Amino acid sequence: MASSSVLSVAAQCVSRNASSLSINETHKGKAKLGGSTLRFSKSSGRISMTVAVNVSRFEGIPMAPPDPILGVSEAFRADTSDAKLNLGVGAYRTEELQPYVLNVVKKAENLMLERGDNKEYLPIEGLAAFNKATAELLLGADNPAIKEQRVATVQGLSGTGSLRLGAALIERYFPGAKVLISAPTWGVVPWSEYRYYDPRTVGLDFEGMIEDIKAAPEGTFVLLHGCAHNPTGIDPTLEQWEKIADVIQQKNHIPFFDVAYQGFASGSLDEDAASVRLFVARGMEVLVAQSYSKNLGLYAERIGAMNVISSSSESATRVKSQLKRLARPMYSNPPVHGAKIVANVVGTPALFDEWKAEMEMMAGRIKNVRQKLYDSISSKDKSGKDWSFILKQIGMFSYTGLNKNQSDNMTNKWHVYMTKDGRISLAGLSLAKCEYLADAIIDSFHNVS
Amino acid sequence: MIMMMILSRYFNSRTARRFVSTCSGHGWWDKVRVAPKDPTVKVNESFLADPFPHKINLGVGTYRDDDGKPFTPQCVGDAEAKINRYKLEETNSSEVSSKFVMESVKLAYGNDSFVVREGLYAGVPTLSGTGACRLFAEFQRNFYPDSQIHLPDPTWPNHHNIWSQAQIPVKTFHYYDPYTKGLDFDALISDVKNAPDSSFFLLHPCAHNPTGIDPTEEQWREISYQFKVKNHFPFFDMAYQGFSSGDLDKDAAALRIFVEDGHLVGLAQSFAKNMGLFGHKVGCLSVLTRDIKQAAAVKSQLEHIFHSMYSSPPIHGILLVTMILSDPTMKEQWKKEIKIMANRIRAMRTTLRRNLEDLDSSFSWEHITNQVGMFCFSGLTPDQVKYLEKQFHIYMSPDARISMAGVTPSNVNYLANAIHQVTRISEETSVCM
Repeated sequence: MASSSVLSVAAQCVSRNASSLSINETHKGKAKLGGSTLRFSKSSGRISMTVAVNVSRFEGIPMAPPDPILGVSEAFRADTSDAKLNLGVGAYRTEELQPYVLNVVKKAENLMLERGDNKEYLPIEGLAAFNKATAELLLGADNPAIKEQRVATVQGLSGTGSLRLGAALIERYFPGAKVLISAPTWGVVPWSEYRYYDPRTVGLDFEGMIEDIKAAPEGTFVLLHGCAHNPTGIDPTLEQWEKIADVIQQKNHIPFFDVAYQGFASGSLDEDAASVRLFVARGMEVLVAQSYSKNLGLYAERIGAMNVISSSSESATRVKSQLKRLARPMYSNPPVHGAKIVANVVGTPALFDEWKAEMEMMAGRIKNVRQKLYDSISSKDKSGKDWSFILKQIGMFSYTGLNKNQSDNMTNKWHVYMTKDGRISLAGLSLAKCEYLADAIIDSFHNVS
Repeated sequence: MIMMMILSRYFNSRTARRFVSTCSGHGWWDKVRVAPKDPTVKVNESFLADPFPHKINLGVGTYRDDDGKPFTPQCVGDAEAKINRYKLEETNSSEVSSKFVMESVKLAYGNDSFVVREGLYAGVPTLSGTGACRLFAEFQRNFYPDSQIHLPDPTWPNHHNIWSQAQIPVKTFHYYDPYTKGLDFDALISDVKNAPDSSFFLLHPCAHNPTGIDPTEEQWREISYQFKVKNHFPFFDMAYQGFSSGDLDKDAAALRIFVEDGHLVGLAQSFAKNMGLFGHKVGCLSVLTRDIKQAAAVKSQLEHIFHSMYSSPPIHGILLVTMILSDPTMKEQWKKEIKIMANRIRAMRTTLRRNLEDLDSSFSWEHITNQVGMFCFSGLTPDQVKYLEKQFHIYMSPDARISMAGVTPSNVNYLANAIHQVTRISEETSVCM
């Protein structure tokens, strides 16, 4: 077991009043301290305390399970092979496979530095300019819901933090309500699932999805990915979204959108918000968690928002006050830096236009890589397998259809790092590496069971 | 009735659903009531709404300079300019975090501290002090679901919310003595002794918020001893290191006494006030452990908790703090600036007290200079607080806590006069202070 450290402490024996008889008392015996003992010896007016460090209150605490996605990056870093390829975490990389800081972000930060903005606390709900810009980005500035002030927006710590705020709101006001998420989805939440991915078509199991949403008890919260589904890359068509909205309305469910890739799916910020806008246009009450991690490359700044679109402005006011009340004992108020960057970029027309162009460029690079990967695999693989799902899927990720063993083969034999569910992040793929990846996928698919 | 029939027919056709927003649809949030306003926010809002030109904001505890303006230390400005995040690879985020934690624990426990040298701590960056407290509360709940937290009475109000939200019941222990306007030490010790063994206690190691009253060194040693006897867990919330005495090491003395005595403490640190980084939400949670294996386990559990809350902490503030603490020149600069801030506040305390005494106030105002840190627990009654607001446009917390940071050479006379007026009136109407 661990060695205990013994420390010697000399305590001045100063004139003590009656309330400190304790030290004198212990001269009569030893004080027991949860496993260790306190001994006193007195010499020349000083009492020295030799004390063994207490048994820790947190003795026996086990290591927490490693985060599956972050673990991939760690393993990648440890790999010494030249051929290694990191297709694990969903962070955008350039063709040279370097992280990319958007030009508009650099410009916004320079502006902020020049202005010498102060570092005061933000209000609990976050930066007002940010909240306004964010709601407008999501719904469109002239959306009736915004005009009617039915949107409660609270700045959150990126997508995760915003989801957490939403979850806390649900927990408080709908204790015992069911939450339904797609199978698969991002994260480690142990809730009920609705069918989503069909391995036979490597596409959407639409029938299964509708059935499961219908079967859920009335008033279930249904988690939906606004666009660029993570991990599959498979999005419903607009027609399918209409049907999904139908069944959600029929069952009186409440839709909870996770919008982490607005702009990344199609390259168009508006197009990627179509699903959310469709639901809101029907007058449905909707929760939306948003993130700027990917589309503005602000991963490390933790900037996002929780939006609740409700049926009245009065209700939105009340909901916002409760979101604030939940945020205060979590972190008091959200971090300022990312919020100011977003507010500057979205709020300055020239920067906003530049952002749209950079967004198109990033989404464009990924589309090109998809095409090249598909072309490489199709030309190399003579088995007749249909690989077109690579082109049909959208956004940063592709669900390859590889199982766990095959994914392991990708890593062990080919030094291609991905998650065990067969997900690859195309954001980490360069045109130059497509041929190599094609070889790896073909080998893993055909030669490993 | 007819309206309902019409509506229900509409619900069966798809086009009609587009009009739901104009009909009274099912309101999911009808049961949601308006949340009570956070008291500090309320004070701030009232202040902002007040058009009176000589109004004074003594509510929120953010440092102000002699002109009443927000103050960003020079070292922070220098660090901002130097940060070149464009070279930062995401993979280095965890390296930066580790460096940040190392510098933070050195600051708190001492550069030569045994626990730091041997790595006997689990440390993670947090969303400032609030985040550190909440993370610890969640951790406490995970491993001691039946435990409680003992908070000093009074304490920063949000402490109550934090542990309650983490579903840990709150108990209070005696701290402030309204008669002496000082520490109720005997009652404090009594409460420590009477609490069940192995209780979790929260302590402010310096510049207690809201009272500004800190135990003496002797008193801290006694508290530490009693904690040992009872095997209590000491959790320190250190939000003002440097603001009490102006000296970072002196202000950490209580914490270091406990560590010397062998306590495996928990510590929440905040850089909001002492580095002026309020909006960046930079803090650190550390939990001391017996060995490095346990340290790794505890750290992994803390990470597991915050991963599900917000994945990772915001990097900008972490970069600033790390740069300042690891660059000797910047660190020296910072130490100087802290002294300046602490001295300014002390000067205002002296001036305020002197002014009140010069006005021949019949009350004792020595608590103004006895108390330390950003806050003065003035001892004014709720009525007097209201009166100050209405008649003099002076804003403070409902518990009569004054943020001395909001006092400046140009408003201290006005403030003294106002307090004098308000207490004199009370005296004349025989209201006891």
